[in-house]
Amino acid sequence: MKPAPFVHHAPRTVDEAVAALVAAGGDGKVLAGGQSLIPLLSMRLAAPGHLVDLDGVAGLDTIEVTDTHVRVGALVRHAALEAHDDAATALPLLRQALRNVAHPAIRSRGTTVGSIAHADPAGEMPAVAVLSGAVVEAVGPGGAREIAAGDFFAGPLETTLDPDEIVVAVRFGRFPAGTRTAFLESSRRSGDYALAGVAVAVQVGDDGAVATARASFVGVTPVPDLLDLGGVLGGLRPGDPVPGGVADAVAAHVDPESDIHASADYRRMLAAELTRRALGATLVETTRGAA
Amino acid sequence: MSAPAADEPLEITVTVNGVPRTASAPARRLLSDFLRHDLGLTGTHVGCEHGVCGACTVLVDGEPARACLMFAVTAQAHAVTTVEGVGDDPAAMSPVQRAFAECHALQCGFCTPGFVTTVTAYLQDHPDPSADEAREAISGNLCRCTGYQNIVKAVLRAAELRRAEAGA
Repeated sequence: MKPAPFVHHAPRTVDEAVAALVAAGGDGKVLAGGQSLIPLLSMRLAAPGHLVDLDGVAGLDTIEVTDTHVRVGALVRHAALEAHDDAATALPLLRQALRNVAHPAIRSRGTTVGSIAHADPAGEMPAVAVLSGAVVEAVGPGGAREIAAGDFFAGPLETTLDPDEIVVAVRFGRFPAGTRTAFLESSRRSGDYALAGVAVAVQVGDDGAVATARASFVGVTPVPDLLDLGGVLGGLRPGDPVPGGVADAVAAHVDPESDIHASADYRRMLAAELTRRALGATLVETTRGAA
Repeated sequence: MSAPAADEPLEITVTVNGVPRTASAPARRLLSDFLRHDLGLTGTHVGCEHGVCGACTVLVDGEPARACLMFAVTAQAHAVTTVEGVGDDPAAMSPVQRAFAECHALQCGFCTPGFVTTVTAYLQDHPDPSADEAREAISGNLCRCTGYQNIVKAVLRAAELRRAEAGA
């Protein structure tokens, strides 16, 4: 299991990296942490002629927390974002999800932005990006542009990014005050890809009742699109039981596949149950979690 | 940037266990193979080669990482510590190595280098883990002899040995 030959590019700036991708003429791939890409190369599921290694590009390893978002640079490792207290306070969903990403030894190299650019429907962070209304910052030969997370994912391992564009950062949106979030997933072994997973955000209004409720999923939808549960949960109060309509709404929304690990039916049931539990965690009466 | 042709050997220098080591290898050489084949450091073991088993775990800038999921060319900018760097003298083993020996935490020994590096890094950040935390800490490493009970004991024993050394 060895990767096919490729030319390695070690740019020092984003412009150099874009130039290398342009020169590769569609036969180039961006390497960040490599924790998803290198297995694909080793298994020869991918064999690009050129790898543009971002490891030495300056200025991509920063985390910025503002009133409206948490901006994560393309070289920020999962572990660094997980450990960032200001980011976790501003957007608790980040840490809630990141601790489910593989194992610590993977999180120490793997990048959060890379996992979004990789667009694996089994990845945790694409679901977080969509739920938080993230904005993907891309740079290509024509300059910089921004893509809403909801428009970024085109299918499994497929995005609307051009072949010569690089994602330099993702801005995760912060939720309105009174929003409670939770992330749950289930896998057969610790750190494996989840059979199913869910991220939820429930906003409780000033009147103490649920105003909005949304979910996005891991491993059971081709792209992590949003499920609006406002119609099912609207008006509920913390402490109320999660209504049975949630399971029906989730089962109708997800589109899982069967494989050696679990059937599609089991995954659908699991996604519904995880959503029920995650919503239950956000509707606990005593904790008033801020987002 | 003038790039060489694909698979042309490159002169690659990686700082391993504090010493810059140079060898000629193509860009596609995985760090795990660079350590073993090009530098002769066979302490790092190669199991699944796709990041699941943890046998090839080394420390990259002090953090545990899969050597099979990193190219040697990328590692040039980082400091790599292998199991040889944790301790290569049977008369002067590290606390983690001593604990593994004491607790019989290895049977065939194939997975052991990955456990030793993983646990070494873990205890630096978590000097006094519970048994449950120790189990979670090693959840990214597979032991096909399934000797996990004694490995968990060794993690706890290594923590004791480290604390005793620090207090001594």
